[in-house]
Amino acid sequence: MSVKNTDTVTGLGKTPFSALSSGLASLRLDGPSLMALLTLVAIAVFALVVPPFLGDVNSMGADSFAPPSLSHLMGTDDLGRDVFSRFAHGARMSLSVGVLAALTACIIGIVLGAIAGYMKGAVDVVLMRIAELFQVIPRFFLALLVIALFGANVVFIILTIGLLGWPEVARITRGEFLSLREREYVLAARAGGQSTRAIIFSEILPNAMPPLIVAMTMQVSSAILLEAGLSFLGLGDASNPSWGLMLNEAQQFLTTAWWMAVFPGLGILVTVAALNVFGDHLTDVLNPRLRGAGG
Amino acid sequence: MSTDIVNSAPPAEEKGKLADRLRTIRFIGLKILSAIPMLIGVITVNFILVHIAPGDPITILVGETAPTEEQVQALYAKLGLDKPLYVQYWEYLFSVFRGDLGYSYVMQADVVDLIAARIPATAMLMLTSLIIFTVVGVGLAVLVARRPRSIFDSIGSFLAVIGYSVPAFWLAQIALVVFALNLRWFPTSGMTSSRHAYEGLAYVGDVLLHLFLPACVLGMRYLAINFRYARASMRDALSQDYITTARAKGLSEGRILLHAFRNGVLPIITVFGLNVTDILAGAVLTEIVFGWPGLGRLMYDAMYSRDYPLLMGMFVFVSIGIIITNLVIDIVYSIFDPRVGLK
Repeated sequence: MSVKNTDTVTGLGKTPFSALSSGLASLRLDGPSLMALLTLVAIAVFALVVPPFLGDVNSMGADSFAPPSLSHLMGTDDLGRDVFSRFAHGARMSLSVGVLAALTACIIGIVLGAIAGYMKGAVDVVLMRIAELFQVIPRFFLALLVIALFGANVVFIILTIGLLGWPEVARITRGEFLSLREREYVLAARAGGQSTRAIIFSEILPNAMPPLIVAMTMQVSSAILLEAGLSFLGLGDASNPSWGLMLNEAQQFLTTAWWMAVFPGLGILVTVAALNVFGDHLTDVLNPRLRGAGG
Repeated sequence: MSTDIVNSAPPAEEKGKLADRLRTIRFIGLKILSAIPMLIGVITVNFILVHIAPGDPITILVGETAPTEEQVQALYAKLGLDKPLYVQYWEYLFSVFRGDLGYSYVMQADVVDLIAARIPATAMLMLTSLIIFTVVGVGLAVLVARRPRSIFDSIGSFLAVIGYSVPAFWLAQIALVVFALNLRWFPTSGMTSSRHAYEGLAYVGDVLLHLFLPACVLGMRYLAINFRYARASMRDALSQDYITTARAKGLSEGRILLHAFRNGVLPIITVFGLNVTDILAGAVLTEIVFGWPGLGRLMYDAMYSRDYPLLMGMFVFVSIGIIITNLVIDIVYSIFDPRVGLK
C-alpha cells in the first residue's frame, strides 16, 4: 500500500480488514503519528517474538568488550554477554513494566475517579485531597525509597510505579464523570430505574474513554521512564535486565564500551518518543477540548 | 495590566481594584493554609513506610553500621518505641517541623547538615540550566508563534519531543562519551579540576567548564517543556479578540507580539510547577553521571550504603521543597494575574 497522501488510510476501507481499517481511519493518522504507531507495533512485536530465539541473557562469552559486529550486533559487555540478546530481553522487561504499571495506575485511578465524580460531596473532597497529595509527592524519590526499603523485585516495582501514577487518571475520570452524570441520556437511564452500577459501567464509562485512552498512553511512557531511572540507580530486578539496568551496567565502562550505553538508551528514547507523539495525536483527535492545554 | 479591557467601567474601577487585591490576599492565605496538610501528609507517608517496612525501625535506621550501645539506646529513646504508636507519630511530626530530619549512622552526621552542604551545587546546576533554556525555549516559541509549520517550528517541535522522551541520565552518558571522552572539549567529572587549584577568575572559568555539559543535558527538558507550552499559549493568545483589536488599531507586529507575550507566557510558570518533580529527578540522575557533587550524588551514595535515614530525610526535604515551590508559583501567579483568585 502506498502512503502518498493522508487519504489512503481511509481508502483502506475496501480491503477485507474493514473493521480494523475503519478503526484506523477514525484515528486520522498523519505522517508523524503513523510513524509513531508503526514504531510502537514494531517494538511490541520485537519484544514478544525475538527474545525466545536468543540465548540466555546471562550466558557469558569468552570475548568481553567486543564492539558491534556481525556475530554480536550490539557488541558484548564486560562479562562477554551479547548486548543484543540483553537488549531484546530488556525490551520485553521495560515494556511489560511500563504497560502493567500503567494498567495498575489506570484501574485504581478509574475506580477512585469514578467514585469521586459520581458520588460528589465529602467522598469527592477526601479522594481529591489524597490525589493532590500524591501529585505533589515526588514520585521518583518515593519509589526509590519504597523499593530500597522493601526490595527490588519486578512485581513490587510494577505495583509501586502503578500506585504512584493513579492520581492523574483519577483526576481525568472524575472530571468526565462530573460532566457526564448530568447528561440527558444518563438522567434518562436513572429515571428508567437502572442501577447505579449499570449507569456507571454502561452509560458513563464508555463515554469517558477517549481522554482516558490518552491518559493511559502517557502513563505507559512515564512508567517506562520511571522504571529506567530506578534501574539506572541499581534498584532494578538484577535477574531480569531492563533497558535501565543495562544503562546502570554501562555507566562504569563508558570509556571502553560506548555500545553498552547507546543501544538500550536508544530503545527507551524511541519507545517513549513514539508513545508521546502518538499520545499527542490521540489528544488532538479524541479530545479537541484539551488541545494546547497539554496532558 | 492588559486585563483592563475586561474591567473598563470607570466608576467601579477603584472599588474593583481593592476587591481584586483583597481576593488575591485571601487566595494567598488559603494557599498557604492548604500547604500544611500536604506537609503533614508527606511526613505521615514517611512514618508509615518505616513502620511497615520489613525489620524493626532500629535495624532499618542504623542500617549496616555497627552502632554503639549508647547510640542504640539514644535512638530507642528518641523514637519512643516503648510508647504507643500515636505518640511516636506525634513526636516524629514535631521533630520534622523543628527541622530535625534524623541522623545518618553511615555518615555520622545530621541528615539536615548533609543535605544543606549539597544544596549549592544542585541549585547552581538547576538554576543555570533553568534560566538559559527557559529563555531559549520561550524565545523559540515566540519566534515560531506567528509562523506555524515553518522550518523553525519543525525543529522546535522535534527537539521538544526528544526533550520529553529522553532519559536525562542517558543523554548525559552520551554527551559524556562524545564531548568529554572523545572530543575532549569538556572535563568528564566533578565540579572543579582536581589537578589544578585555580583561583579567582580562573576558578570561575573552571567551574563553568565543568558545568556546561550537565547544564545542557538538563536543559533539554526545560527547552521541551517551555517550547511546547509557550507555543500553544502564544498561539492561543494571538487568536484572542484583544489582538484583533490591537491589529485593527494599527499596532506594529512587534508590539502585538509583546501584547500576546504578556498573557501567553504566564501559564508557563504553572507548568513549571507541575513538572518540577520530574526535573528534580532528572537533575539528580544527571549529577550521578557527571559526578557533580550535589544532592544526586549524595542520594546515590546513600542508596549503596543502605543509609535509610538519609534517604528518608531526602524524600521529606525534596517533598517540602516541591510544596514550597508550588506555593511560591501560585502566589507569583496570583499577583501577576488577579483573575486567578476568582476561581
